[in-house]
Amino acid sequence: MDIRYEKNRLTAYLVGEIDHHNAAAVREPIDQAIAKLRPPRVRLDFAAVTFMDSSAVGLVMGRYRLLAAHDAALEVVNLSPQGLRMMQMAHLQTLATLKQKEEIRT
Amino acid sequence: MKYNKHTLINQMKLMLDSRSINEGFARATVSAFAAQLDPMVEELTDIKTAVSEAVTNAIVHAYPDTTGKITLWAGIYVDGYFRVMVKDQGRGIEDIKLARQPLYSSLGDERAGLGFAVMESFMDSLRVRSTPGKGTTITMGKLIKGKRNDS
Repeated sequence: MDIRYEKNRLTAYLVGEIDHHNAAAVREPIDQAIAKLRPPRVRLDFAAVTFMDSSAVGLVMGRYRLLAAHDAALEVVNLSPQGLRMMQMAHLQTLATLKQKEEIRT
Repeated sequence: MKYNKHTLINQMKLMLDSRSINEGFARATVSAFAAQLDPMVEELTDIKTAVSEAVTNAIVHAYPDTTGKITLWAGIYVDGYFRVMVKDQGRGIEDIKLARQPLYSSLGDERAGLGFAVMESFMDSLRVRSTPGKGTTITMGKLIKGKRNDS
């Protein structure tokens, strides 16, 4: 997973499958970067995610709670139709910006 | 139409240890079997996701402190009906109604509590049978429309 910080925005480019087995391995580097940089905006990019179950929703909810504590905004982009549906089941659209498509990464 | 043993045309069974590394193996296996129905990518993703939820539940809830056995069964019926069963002999669920409630989780902040809600939403049917101390059986069904009806 690649994590970039530019223009006050931290972007984590998630890759592969996100399930209960590997959620912690995805979470840890993101949380380390947030703790170190204290970014005002965080974006989770799901473009390279090939599978996700509700563990990814738990991951987003957990990062929302962490960021809400320092008033930072969360954006989740490039979700699959099923991914968006699961995020909406948790009402995450009221807490974060959810998008199915974002500009292609350069 | 009622899908019973007489309309079953193919089946598979698999036994797994309740180790989280098997979550990916379980959903990939069931999805490879379901591929016989020539499903659309979205339908296959629905099945994979629902199986992942059921197997994860068995791993984290049925056997919280031990490694137990999880049995997966899947069947293909006439007219493209698909059924999958995830069975454990673990702790069981005390209150099924509460467990099925969206956003309820007994496991704290990093779990969304959406397991049953996702299974229900991505499949056509969901049945949960559980006996505390004996185990839980999840049965899910879905009619696969597949590529046959693509225009």
